[in-house]
Amino acid sequence: MNAFDITLSGNNTMKLISGNHACALGAIAAGCRFFAGYPITPSSEIAERLARHLPEIDGVFVQMEDEIASMAAVIGASMGGVKSMTATSGPGFSLKQENLGYAAGAEIPCVIVNVMRGGPSTGMPTRPSQADLMQARWGSHGDYPIIVLTPASVGEIYTETIRAFDLSERCRSPVVLLYDQVIAQLSETVALNGAGSSIRTEREWATGPRSAYKPYANKGNSIPAMARPGEGYRTHTTGLTHGEDGFPTQDPETVTRNLSRLFSKLERHHDMIDSWEALRCDDADVVIVAIGISARAAMRAVELCRAQGLRVGLFRPITLWPFPERPLCQAAAQARAVLVPEMNTGQLRLVVERVLGGMPVEGIHLFSGEAITPMNIAARAVALARGT
Amino acid sequence: MFIDTAATFDIRDYLRKEMMPHFLCPGCGHGIALRALLWAVHDLGIDKDKLAVVSGIGCAGRLSAYIDANTFHVTHGRPLAYATGLALARPDLNVIVITGDGDCLAIGGNHLIHACRRNLKLTCLMLNNEVYGMTGGQVSPTTSETRLTTTTPLGNQEPHFDACALATAAGASFVGREVTRHVPKLKELIKAGLEHPGFAFVEILSDCTEIFGRKNDMGSSSEMIMRQKSEIRPSAYRDTVEMPFHPNDLPTGILSRNNRPEYGAVYRRAAAMARKGAS
Repeated sequence: MNAFDITLSGNNTMKLISGNHACALGAIAAGCRFFAGYPITPSSEIAERLARHLPEIDGVFVQMEDEIASMAAVIGASMGGVKSMTATSGPGFSLKQENLGYAAGAEIPCVIVNVMRGGPSTGMPTRPSQADLMQARWGSHGDYPIIVLTPASVGEIYTETIRAFDLSERCRSPVVLLYDQVIAQLSETVALNGAGSSIRTEREWATGPRSAYKPYANKGNSIPAMARPGEGYRTHTTGLTHGEDGFPTQDPETVTRNLSRLFSKLERHHDMIDSWEALRCDDADVVIVAIGISARAAMRAVELCRAQGLRVGLFRPITLWPFPERPLCQAAAQARAVLVPEMNTGQLRLVVERVLGGMPVEGIHLFSGEAITPMNIAARAVALARGT
Repeated sequence: MFIDTAATFDIRDYLRKEMMPHFLCPGCGHGIALRALLWAVHDLGIDKDKLAVVSGIGCAGRLSAYIDANTFHVTHGRPLAYATGLALARPDLNVIVITGDGDCLAIGGNHLIHACRRNLKLTCLMLNNEVYGMTGGQVSPTTSETRLTTTTPLGNQEPHFDACALATAAGASFVGREVTRHVPKLKELIKAGLEHPGFAFVEILSDCTEIFGRKNDMGSSSEMIMRQKSEIRPSAYRDTVEMPFHPNDLPTGILSRNNRPEYGAVYRRAAAMARKGAS
């Protein structure tokens, strides 16, 4: 059996696959049945896998004319009620932002994979980076909420892709899966536990009479039920600010009420969305905060430091946005110093500094197109732990 | 056989009354185009629940909100791309795109040519009023040469697109054009587009009286619409109109049509064969 068949069968099996391969299989396991994309390094393998597999399971793959169109087609398919995804890298992620904002504002579930490569602009297409952390949060214009997940291993790409669909459906929000070129093209052994599990969550669909249905009504949890085209609701969806009825309005009270509900959507569901790993933080003098491949290197650095009797721990956000602020505060409560290794000039450090207001935060910032090594991190962590 | 559906067609059956009054300027041709579209939908007996209208940004883009159907008012220039996703995911829906000349030919030009090439079952109505009306009257890709707009104070010096020639060249399997002056003719053209089993591109020459007409001293809305009769000579009426009074030959009606395979059906057939092979 190949990995695709295993994913479909629901058997639990170990397979050696790449990160991008795991992403494609995770999408299928989560019920993704529409993918629109545009070729770009280093994410193309996701599209190539799904181009082959989606037709085999009554899904649709389409390669669109550009990145903008592929994001638009994904939202169009999701508006039709089909779980949808696209995948890209830096330059393409920039082009996705326009329609990503539409998905956030009109509350259309969709998953966007951004395999980070070196930038700015065309940058280093085959080299890793972690420089799109802020773009993933703030890339489209206007205020909007968004969920961003940052897996750190091939296995976690598989499970986080499934969780991305789950959260996207439950929160009616775009979800960005953000990982770097290293784990995208790294091969690791993954536990495939595929189809038939409880993860096949679907958005809440409108039920009951049309006259009683309001497309953007707050039913108490800030997440409105969606009408499936063809079921008689005949709703209007727009990127203009709208009221509960879905129609455009600029009435200040209505605008404030509906945007407040939109902004509150993720804030009030932290329990569902937050995910992090705190490794040996309980007694740590130095807490390392890192994501993705940098967190993998940091795990080894923690071991190296502990072997020397130094109290060093790692806090790893898996949900990057909304940022797990309280868990970080708890993990770093007893620390004397915080170290943030990342493959950019300080995007994660900026967040950590804000969250831990006042605590000394040091960064290791590498933007050469190389991954940060465990020794890089361990050397600084040792110095911080010894107070030198 | 000629059936007079005008007697049974009541536009109010297809409009969202709660959205009235509409926001179009007095004399705007877009309302006529909307009427022709809904009349065509009525004639064909299309179920409103199975009708999806995707529109872009601009005056034409706002029309979808008035239609009692599944309507999607999306981003500027992208309605064809959204509609491609929707139609591929939901082949059971009748998907219509409403777009304007700026939306379709400028910011959305790439999506148009690829939609023409792909030949997915969609009906694209491009309402051409030669101007960006919503933003206050800037030059568009279809503005005639020498015309005044807020961004061509010396008169437009750029050549304009022939949208139908563009669509035909890009491979559209159905291309037609009509003026808002001839509503039954326009309705028949839209009907033919809706019935076409592939990508149908329909250009509707509409009038922007308040912005474009005023700037170019083209008279009142009735004068502008009469100009469609007096100054242009729709080819469909070539035999019945007198040459000297109709100096500008404008091809209208169905301009090109072929029956090359519809993309969605081709994809689903290949997918079914792949599934058969796999099992």
